[in-house]
Amino acid sequence: MLNGLKGLGVTLRGALRSKVTAEYPKEHLPIDNRFMGFPALTWDAARDEPYCTGCIVCVRYCPTQCMSAQMQDNPKFAEGVSHRKKIIETFEINLGRCILCGICVDVCNFDAIEMSHEHERSERLRNANRVDLPTLLDMGRQYQAEVGWKQSKPNAASPNERAAAKAAVEATKAEETPENPETQAADDTDIPEKSGGDAA
Amino acid sequence: MVNPANLADNQASSQPGTVDMMVNMGPQHPATHGVFRMELRVDGEQILDLVPHVGYLHRGSEKLCEHELYSQIITLFDRFDYISNFNNELVIVAAVEKLMGVEAPPRAELIRMIMCEFNRIASHMLFYGTFAIDMGAITPVLYNFRDREKIQALFESVSGARMMHNYFRVGGIKEDVGDDFVARALALCDDLERGIDETDRLLTVNEIFVERTVGIGVISGEDALDWGLSGPVLRASGVPYDVRVDEPYSHYDEMDFGVPVGSAGDCWDRFYLRILEARESISIIRQAIALMEPGDTMAQIRRIARPPAGEVYAHCENPRGDLGVYIVSDGGERPYRLKVRPPSFCNLQALRDLTVGHYIADVVVILGTLDIVLGEVDR
Ligand code: SF4
Ligand code: SF4
Repeated sequence: MLNGLKGLGVTLRGALRSKVTAEYPKEHLPIDNRFMGFPALTWDAARDEPYCTGCIVCVRYCPTQCMSAQMQDNPKFAEGVSHRKKIIETFEINLGRCILCGICVDVCNFDAIEMSHEHERSERLRNANRVDLPTLLDMGRQYQAEVGWKQSKPNAASPNERAAAKAAVEATKAEETPENPETQAADDTDIPEKSGGDAA
Repeated sequence: MVNPANLADNQASSQPGTVDMMVNMGPQHPATHGVFRMELRVDGEQILDLVPHVGYLHRGSEKLCEHELYSQIITLFDRFDYISNFNNELVIVAAVEKLMGVEAPPRAELIRMIMCEFNRIASHMLFYGTFAIDMGAITPVLYNFRDREKIQALFESVSGARMMHNYFRVGGIKEDVGDDFVARALALCDDLERGIDETDRLLTVNEIFVERTVGIGVISGEDALDWGLSGPVLRASGVPYDVRVDEPYSHYDEMDFGVPVGSAGDCWDRFYLRILEARESISIIRQAIALMEPGDTMAQIRRIARPPAGEVYAHCENPRGDLGVYIVSDGGERPYRLKVRPPSFCNLQALRDLTVGHYIADVVVILGTLDIVLGEVDR
């Protein structure tokens, strides 16, 4: 009997504690920075295009085979404003099938895919969670803004930037000035051009 | 639910006027903790025979593993015993590492250990709660979920997921823990200690609880070994077998912790042992955190693990028992064959012996103390 009362004491004390639950649709518990929601494609604001080159490495390593992607020649590369020879044309993820494992993020070489914080996608139709490129990019942009996302390595120089850098170097050489102001663009030419490498 | 065929049988054999009844329990019965069906043959309230039916959750995972890369298999192991995911991940990465002859850096090993021990506590907490519910005590589960939630919040901050983590990698872990991890983990340890004490006060010596558990479902140490039981169920019968001590992996040999052992092998022992075990886990976590030093968290290996041809068996102490995995590799990126030794499944074998002679109400209690997870039983 006494022991039962001891247990009752525990419940009574519990009644005095502040509440620990949140009423879900009205209140949301905070999400951790590392939280893995659905995968989303990131947006390269500097080049005004997605990071994704459509190399389909992620597609091949996805354990549930829920993604598909197609690449195209990047028109911006032809214009010389982007360093990406190839760019994503269509990308589809069946989020209803995705198991949020994060393998696609692990294997991508281009920072192009991230596990966003998006996790509330309930739909009435079975296939309504097949999302296309614009949706994925929207999710990505939102995520990037939310966490202050930064790419892991700087972009390689685009053809135009290279040409500009080369011209700048030659101009300084011609002037024979000893204190050569090294431009950021000149540094970038050292980075081997990676994008589209897997694709070619 | 009377099975007419049995009825006819019984009428022939039994005394006139009395018939044994077949009662079907599950697969949707809440006390079976999943989809598990038992066919009970009862005489009034007393169990004469019990036939377990498993396989409702069979997903063909072992076969599926043959088609997946080793990195993808980890996601499948997450889904075997979905209550102690980290412990499951550990056994597959340990097996592949053993086969490849690589070792994870010490920091990674310690983080893995800490995660596994936290997961053990989370799993035991779920056990206290659901076990109490099986016996009609509704309150403890709320307390235990409150504390388990804190553990899962820590998991979220480390791995990004609350349950299906995919955090361990062959040769290390996905990424280092955050800066605030140590402080958070230590604070959580204190919280959990309080939580476990609370459960202890609520249940352990409660008269009704004791009435329902002491002397119920007794299994002797010898029988337990014969059945191939492992984990708390085996130790409650007095056999001090724990893989962490007998074949230490990770850094368990550097840890100073006790292996609680029961004596009676009844339901109460199996329950109380898990309370003691959770306390030991907290002590292991504290020691492991003290040993943590900055360093790498990933060994220098190829991103796609390709173990040499050969075979390997590795096993670890899961909250439910001795979880083993046997891999045959033909030198490719995928295993040729993968076999899991699931502790829940092996523990479940003893169910018939444990229940026969007891009452229907005791079946849920006995099944509760075996603490099975159907995801692992059926795979
Ligand atoms: S691996 Fe990265 S760059 Fe390649 S298709 Fe996937 S998201 Fe795009
Ligand atoms: S998170 Fe996993 S399942 Fe989802 S798309 Fe990426 S690789 Fe596929």
